[in-house]
Amino acid sequence: MEQIGNMIGWETVKMIVGLVGVLAFVVFNALILTWAERKVAGHMQRRIGPKEVGPYGLIQPIADALKLLGKEILTPRGVDKPLYYLAPMIIFVPVLVSFIVIPFSASLQVMDINVGILVILAFSSLSVFSILMAGWGSNNKYALIGAIRSIAQNIAYEIPLLLALLSIIMMTNSFSLKTIVEAQKGLWFVVYQPLAFLIYFIAAVAETNRTPFDLPEAESELVAGYHTEYSGMRFALFFLAEYTNVFIVSAIAVTFFLGGYQGPFLPGIVWFLLKSYLLVFVIMWLRWTYPRVRFDQLLNISWKALIPLAFINLLVTGGLLKL
Amino acid sequence: MTVSPSAFIRGTGSLLAGLGVTIRAMFQPVVTCQYPRQLLNISPRFRGHTKLLADRENPGKNGCIACGICAKNCPSGSISNIEGEKREGEKRKTATSYTLDYTTCSQCGICVESCPSDCLAFSADFNAAGYKKEDFHYDLVKEFEKRKKTS
Repeated sequence: MEQIGNMIGWETVKMIVGLVGVLAFVVFNALILTWAERKVAGHMQRRIGPKEVGPYGLIQPIADALKLLGKEILTPRGVDKPLYYLAPMIIFVPVLVSFIVIPFSASLQVMDINVGILVILAFSSLSVFSILMAGWGSNNKYALIGAIRSIAQNIAYEIPLLLALLSIIMMTNSFSLKTIVEAQKGLWFVVYQPLAFLIYFIAAVAETNRTPFDLPEAESELVAGYHTEYSGMRFALFFLAEYTNVFIVSAIAVTFFLGGYQGPFLPGIVWFLLKSYLLVFVIMWLRWTYPRVRFDQLLNISWKALIPLAFINLLVTGGLLKL
Repeated sequence: MTVSPSAFIRGTGSLLAGLGVTIRAMFQPVVTCQYPRQLLNISPRFRGHTKLLADRENPGKNGCIACGICAKNCPSGSISNIEGEKREGEKRKTATSYTLDYTTCSQCGICVESCPSDCLAFSADFNAAGYKKEDFHYDLVKEFEKRKKTS
């Protein structure tokens, strides 16, 4: 072990172990979240949800995954092949990269990069690129409309998201996620920055293309939006990416506003996962409560409400910090 | 998009109220019936296929006297093959076969109403399934015997 470590460097070994761990977590998280989403949806509509496969239907996601694996991977005629094939792979890259910098606990973090949050935000803009590739490459009007909507939406909501996080970065003078968590030893930043938290949370729901901002995949209008033409495991990759993104935005919210892995009694990782999944539950709760917004409303909320509010919040934060 | 402050507060309130509705629903008991595992109570006026009832004086045998009035009255011609025999010491015939073609039956109930010995009724059988048409040609006498055995 020592020799292997010396040969390729401990950093590399750590990265590989981290990557395998992250992959395992991504899949496990998606399995749990699909189950949880269906259970939450069921009970909010006073149904039971999955219950046949395993106790409380817990093995249902595995059955679904096997079903998707067994399905034929169709490639429709007339698709732009390179784009069509690459899109589901590219959507998965930012998801993996984001996990590298998230501090799960004081010691459990693959890498503490001093521009951690920039890495996450830069890579998560890649997923828009992949959605555009999927939409354009599918040669399908529903997919294209979905992709175009998604781009308009993601550009609009990236700005308030960044501005909301920026006010925290101004307070801590650091882009490193670990430093930001450590700075919340006393009071969580949600106390200082409730407005930023709210703006971040709304923008995050929109960034992950979830109801009430799920216009890119609005099933009642666009079949399935940008992944209409995908089947089998290619579709599963989009699905996996969506659920992992939900977790990532919740994890960032926890890191920036809710004190990250810090909390009394329980170990850091437990606190971190507890808070993250609580936020994930809130996102599901929103999905099963609100109807989809109209497209003009969607853009209005961002450009005319969230962005000005985020700027004002930033100005006030800056002013108060100077005092 | 100009929103007055009062409209904004009202809107926020309604959003929160909506969240309240769903979270309360989440902790209330489910209202669905888990069909193959549980069954709902079937209303007494439910109309399944017809069944023969037992004779009033002699519950051991069916009450059909094989008169054929139901077959004559049936608007769809679904009832056929009514045969009966006169048993020792009885005044009337007793049916030995009675075929109902359930695929053409419209559950109108004319047979039930016209039966002179009041021995026809609707069953509560709602989940009949089969692979071919003939699976729904019921011999009601046989069904009656089967029911007698199981009860």
